[in-house]
Amino acid sequence: MTALLEISDLHTSFNQGEDEVKAVRGASLSIEKGETHALVGESGSGKSVTALSVMQLLPYPLAHHPGGSITFRGEELMGAQAWQMREIRGNRIAMIFQEPLTSLNPLHSIEKQISEVLYLHKALSPTEAGERVLELLDLVGLEEAKTRLGALPHEFSGGQQQRVMIAMALANDPDLLIADEPTTALDVTIQAQVLALLKDLQKKLGMTMLLITHDLGIVRHMADRVSVMNDGEIVEQGDLGPVFENPQHPYTQHLLAAEPRGRPDPGPADAPTVMAGNDVRVWFPIKKGIIRRTAGHVKAVDGITLAVRQGHTLGVVGESGSGKSTLGRALLRLEKSNGEIAFEGRSIQDLRGKALRPLRREMQIVFQDPYGSLSPRLSVRQIIEEGLLVHDIATNADDRRQLVIEGLHEVGLETDMLTRYPHEFSGGQRQRIAIARALIVKPKFIVLDEPTSALDMSVQAQIIDLLRELQKSHDLAYLFISHDLKVIRAMAHDIMVMRRGRVVEQGAADDVLDNPQDPYTKALMAAAFDIKADDTGAVSV
Amino acid sequence: MNNLSLRLPRIHLTPVTQRRLANFRRNRRGVWSLWIFAVLFFVTLFAEVIANDKPLLVRFDGAFYSPVLVEYTETTFGGEFLTEADYRDPFVADLINAKGWMVWPLIRYSYDTINYNLKVPAPAPPSTDNWLGTDDQGRDVVARLIYGFRISVLFGLTLTLFSALAGVSIGAFQGFYGGLLDLLGQRFIEIWAGMPMLYLLIIMASVITPNFWWLLGLMLAFSWMGFVGVVRAELLKARKLDFVRAAQALGVSDLKIIYKHVLPNAIVATVTFIPFTLAGSITTLTGLDFLGFGLPAGSPSLGELLNQGKANLQAPWLGLSGFFVIAIMLSLLVFIGEAVRDAFDPRKTLQ
Repeated sequence: MTALLEISDLHTSFNQGEDEVKAVRGASLSIEKGETHALVGESGSGKSVTALSVMQLLPYPLAHHPGGSITFRGEELMGAQAWQMREIRGNRIAMIFQEPLTSLNPLHSIEKQISEVLYLHKALSPTEAGERVLELLDLVGLEEAKTRLGALPHEFSGGQQQRVMIAMALANDPDLLIADEPTTALDVTIQAQVLALLKDLQKKLGMTMLLITHDLGIVRHMADRVSVMNDGEIVEQGDLGPVFENPQHPYTQHLLAAEPRGRPDPGPADAPTVMAGNDVRVWFPIKKGIIRRTAGHVKAVDGITLAVRQGHTLGVVGESGSGKSTLGRALLRLEKSNGEIAFEGRSIQDLRGKALRPLRREMQIVFQDPYGSLSPRLSVRQIIEEGLLVHDIATNADDRRQLVIEGLHEVGLETDMLTRYPHEFSGGQRQRIAIARALIVKPKFIVLDEPTSALDMSVQAQIIDLLRELQKSHDLAYLFISHDLKVIRAMAHDIMVMRRGRVVEQGAADDVLDNPQDPYTKALMAAAFDIKADDTGAVSV
Repeated sequence: MNNLSLRLPRIHLTPVTQRRLANFRRNRRGVWSLWIFAVLFFVTLFAEVIANDKPLLVRFDGAFYSPVLVEYTETTFGGEFLTEADYRDPFVADLINAKGWMVWPLIRYSYDTINYNLKVPAPAPPSTDNWLGTDDQGRDVVARLIYGFRISVLFGLTLTLFSALAGVSIGAFQGFYGGLLDLLGQRFIEIWAGMPMLYLLIIMASVITPNFWWLLGLMLAFSWMGFVGVVRAELLKARKLDFVRAAQALGVSDLKIIYKHVLPNAIVATVTFIPFTLAGSITTLTGLDFLGFGLPAGSPSLGELLNQGKANLQAPWLGLSGFFVIAIMLSLLVFIGEAVRDAFDPRKTLQ
């Protein structure tokens, strides 16, 4: 039996001569008809470039292939004519991308976008195309498809957009579907639904799938065969079971070991409360009409009561839009709010301007996106020492330098990085810099707003270890915000589940994780740990 | 890159500045333009000792005189008038040369010196005496170009500096605070920008006699707006970024956040704008001079030279020399500006 897709010794490089970047270096894999092949690796490992090489969608001639061959149903794709590729793309091989909103054209209705593929490859009449579009939307489970044909992409939620993308990819019954991180941008519950849909469709249509992902959980759930990619090379390949249970290559072992695991060490039992919020509310007014009268409110945070104890972590979990980040900012008085906020027993809700400044030393924040949270035009030293300058902690330049160096060492960075700029660092290193910036003023309370979400799996685990270590050595209180229950499980002593600005469930981590009470929490757990879609109705699309 | 050449003796450069310098040096066109412009500007700053109708040094009767710095009457040298000596007058020159000598500048004309010894009616074509000829009043074109270049560049630099200061500060506050302040500021700018600047200048010129500072003030009142747009846009974007929130969480004051965190990100946009503003200011000044509403009559001005070139098409040296000086000056400024902009951009990958 010949393979549907055969990639052998593929090389892909960008630029020429000295600046040549070898993105893929001799990757080989073959996909049989009907199987799901997962290509796993961290960011920059060359997995997306491999997929784009198959589609010949790279920016040629900047990108080029020094060697290798890609055959699809026995036909060589490497160096194929443009018209040959057009016959194949969207027709025999279809692709879905990570970010559904940016992959759909915001100016055209979904009907127009799906039927375009049909007109191009099948030359259907408008009536036939219309029927086929409806059929496809039914197939991907888009509700009320008939009434929503004319809707524009932004009128759909992330999960629905991805369903539309899948419908578009399936329009011509492709032999091979390339799914490039199809669920990374989605909430866990939606992710579970979309994955269930893909699996179901594959069974129904006998489709072959090349699944590109960094998430080992998804691979375990979806794939038949797996290729592990690192630094442009495929380091291990084989059937799912053997690779995961008995990994041979050190990188695979490292990747598998890197999943955040374990539970935090129990904090001191009689720890005092550092930060307390009582009935905290953040309502954003919705203004309407010419006179901008307030017509209603978006209740981002709607009456939340919480307490964070010294040396403990309160994990706040929820899907996007649940108000968890807003809550974190409100507690630090970076967002206007109502209700009582007390730091070490003292109400800080009414403090303004200068009176608030000494308190800033005591509470800090680390953000999700390590690329956006560091001033791009300041050197690492300038970024970290800022807190020292504001709070007059060290007035002497040499003392400051010394403190900054100590701070860098504490988060596992080197002295020679002082004069470098943020863009020279990887995501994990930047997050370490952000942590060093927060720590240098010796705070007691830190809001960690999805600090690991933008990072690769193995880096995530390192950052979590670092945060746990720092908590122990400095007796820090954390408010740990995340959508990722695996990370929360590894970090939190107490857990609060948020949904639409309200608390769904709250309690000690063990209780909430092992014995969830609320149906929403249960659905969240099933989606996160077992990638199981919920059909009880607790989670709506 | 040779490390030694970067480590200038006794001047401590931060690595940041070093990198910017290195980036700048890699842009050959920019470096050359900077050198040429710097030399031209430096030389014209001392226009009085290059092109003057007075000698730099006079040796007369055993004593030294420096007419460029001090006014001497003709009687000092044994003449008859109590007015300042006209050293170009053959009579005075003979008096001095009889009892000493004179050291003349390279060009023996100032911008307002009229050459009465022309063999042909003014404007006279280029000759060994007047390298680029004379204008229609018999004044040496080279001398007028040197003085004209100086006044144009000084005017442009001053105007750009003040407009950048005003525009960036206003733009920064509007962008950072947003809301009502921004709304009112933008509406004001819309109204203010709608004023016909040229007509205002012409009307003002009929009421007052415009001089260097008057023109500067009037043009400043309108030229700052160009900066507001770019700076405001950058700050509107930057004020919600995480690193600004992180600075707020550290307790950094608003002014410092604007100055240290947000403005440096707007600097590329501002610096990109500066060569164009500089070139624009010089062009506006030239334009006003061309129309006759600029600097007072008799001032050395490139615009007036162009106007003469237009009025005297039979004397192409007027128009051509004016054109080339303006064109070269503006091109040099833009090349320098581009190189500076690239040097300030930390994300710029080096070729």
